[in-house]
Amino acid sequence: MKHLLPATALAVFVSIAAAGSAAARDQIRIVGSSTVFPFSTAVAETFGKTSSFKAPVVESTGSGGGIKLFCAGVGLSHPDITNASRRIKKSEVEKCAANGVKEVVEVKIGYDGIAMGQSKAGADLKLTKKQIFLALAAKVPSGDKMVDNPYKMWSEIDPSLPRIKIEVLGPPPTSGTRDAFVELVMREGAKAFPNIKKLDKKPFRAISDKMREDGAFIEAGENDNLIVQKLEANPSAVGIFGFSFLDQNADKIKGAEVEGVKPTFEAIADGSYKVSRSLYFYVKKAHVGVVPGIQEYVAEFTSEKAAGDEGYLTDKGLIPLPSADRKAMSKGASGLVPLKM
Amino acid sequence: MTDRGLQQHSGAEAVMHGSADKRANEEAARVRRRYRSEARFKAYGIAAIVVAISMLILLVGSIISTGWSAFYQYEIALDVTFEGSEIDANNPRTANYNGFIKSALRSQFPDVSGRKEKRKLYGLVSNGADLQAMQVVVDEPVKIGKTVRIWVLASDDIDSLLKGYIDRDLPEEDRRVKDTELEWIDQLKSDGRIRWSMNTVFWKSGDSREPELAGFWGAIVGSFFTLLVTLALSFPVGVLAAIYLEEFAPKNRWTDFVEVNINNLAAVPSIVFGLLGLAVFLNFFGLPRSAPLVGGIVLSLMTLPTIIIASRAALKAVPPSIREAALGVGASKHQVVTHHVLPLAMPGILTGTIIGMAQALGETAPLLMIGMVAFIVNVPGGITDPSTVMPVQIYLWADSPERAFVARTSAGIMALLGFLVLMNALAVILRKRFERRW
Repeated sequence: MKHLLPATALAVFVSIAAAGSAAARDQIRIVGSSTVFPFSTAVAETFGKTSSFKAPVVESTGSGGGIKLFCAGVGLSHPDITNASRRIKKSEVEKCAANGVKEVVEVKIGYDGIAMGQSKAGADLKLTKKQIFLALAAKVPSGDKMVDNPYKMWSEIDPSLPRIKIEVLGPPPTSGTRDAFVELVMREGAKAFPNIKKLDKKPFRAISDKMREDGAFIEAGENDNLIVQKLEANPSAVGIFGFSFLDQNADKIKGAEVEGVKPTFEAIADGSYKVSRSLYFYVKKAHVGVVPGIQEYVAEFTSEKAAGDEGYLTDKGLIPLPSADRKAMSKGASGLVPLKM
Repeated sequence: MTDRGLQQHSGAEAVMHGSADKRANEEAARVRRRYRSEARFKAYGIAAIVVAISMLILLVGSIISTGWSAFYQYEIALDVTFEGSEIDANNPRTANYNGFIKSALRSQFPDVSGRKEKRKLYGLVSNGADLQAMQVVVDEPVKIGKTVRIWVLASDDIDSLLKGYIDRDLPEEDRRVKDTELEWIDQLKSDGRIRWSMNTVFWKSGDSREPELAGFWGAIVGSFFTLLVTLALSFPVGVLAAIYLEEFAPKNRWTDFVEVNINNLAAVPSIVFGLLGLAVFLNFFGLPRSAPLVGGIVLSLMTLPTIIIASRAALKAVPPSIREAALGVGASKHQVVTHHVLPLAMPGILTGTIIGMAQALGETAPLLMIGMVAFIVNVPGGITDPSTVMPVQIYLWADSPERAFVARTSAGIMALLGFLVLMNALAVILRKRFERRW
């Protein structure tokens, strides 16, 4: 025993030292958005099965966190690809370049709809963005003043809406879904009021981006499955979540109409359902050729068999790009044309 | 209080007599009250236990009731023709097995036409069916050129339907499985082409995005490697630290300071260790991301205080007479510790270590920062391979949109609970068998 203890400790330290020096990597490393995660992992798995390369390792870090890791530098200890449920910002591209990540290839893979769903047992909701803004903003216009949101029932906003309590479960501010919801619905809704619309960017966003905190809007965590379960239990509640969760739970949950359109696969794909965002991934060009398989992975992701109209990603809930865009994207991606901003 | 007051203030005998009666009555009442309060207190205790047990039963019951169906899955029999012209006998892995599966399904249902309908038809069986077909040929190359009946996995939706999780009476648009698929399944069923079998995939493979192909084995192996590193680091360091502090260290401000810090370390939230791991082991030492090596180091930081505290308690429990006797017959301090005190304290130390390990087994937060919350298909083969651990796998499945992952999640929880119970049972057995009482 007394020789065993130091011996095992020594063995572990030696192996740590060995691992530190062995930096070569034969596996693609992907980080980024939790929204793109289900699609990226499906491609990674198929890629691992059908090619001679190992399946890539995919981490779900969130879009912002992914870009931060991605932009930390060039070299095998940094990820090769980052997924994002929003476009990379100019400031992030600059930061990337400052850390030596000069050439980044942008690939747009499709759309993700954001649905407002409710239990099948609940009364149908037909909402406009203006009504959603009035229901969820912390401050709403009353006459020519801004007041704390007084609405308790949907019917108080508009008599055509059902007489049920406003109770909306949504993602927290750290989530990309929340960012997209604010951008696509709340800001648009706020613009419906001329008094708010004419404001400068900063005071405008202070009104449009701030959700009410009096209990009508409930931050329900990042897990969309949880929101779905809560909706089932409470027929008057409305949830905000990704379309794929509506698709998978169509027997229990129905989507609310927004601006007269129901969130369906077809409506999101043809652009008539407006609450949808683009999904991207970014490739570090400096790693292509160093880490084996990056080009082949990109080709797999942009292939018709994956991201096409009937590709396996649509089974997972991805809304594909229109055919012409898809071809252009696939071409740009295979040529590894770097992003310019 | 009142009866004593009465006694003091009353002078007359009659009053005295009356007060004695009263006192006896009051005493009896007080005794009854005390018994009552004791009975109440016991009832509270029993109620607390009943609440705790019913919570436990509710929790475990709900996990088992949703999870047990993940341990079996449905299979569909297909008559697959392995065209001799399309399979290279020397290299059978390269053939298009997906094509064979598709043509087998087409010949099973010759009436199906149209792109959409065919796509639905191919969706009856799992995406992994082609690999199953390939395995048949690789195992027995004589089957090339023949038509063979093989059992392939049903897709997750069909599996859910057969398990009764999809209500056939719902309107078609609300169902994941459409009317035509129901027809096909009923026909397959009446042909005896559907059976269920134990879910061996769950215990043999790594993660997958298809629920029917997703396995827990990758996570189990990952947890094993992670705990191996944790044990190899924290056990020797922890025990040596405890021995020094308990047996050799002088009692002064310095050792008091160290002791307070160890106790405080035990209360540090685990995510903090993850941040430390990211900053020190990944960024400074350049160790690989997502590896059990780094996970193990981070978790060993977390379990160290637990082990040190438990080991010190175990060492303290060895009576001083043992040490004095050994010293009396001429043993050195070092001999006293290694020959006498440590062997006697070992059961307690091991119990503490196992409980620390069980704690580490259930930890996810510190692993988030070092990249172990990841989708990994390959089962890790060593401590530097990317891997995940059991609780992380459960978390990832709980977050997946596919409904069939709900049962997989609960099955994963059951497996994790199984390992925890096993480890704790080991701790109890060690204590029962080897512990000495003085």
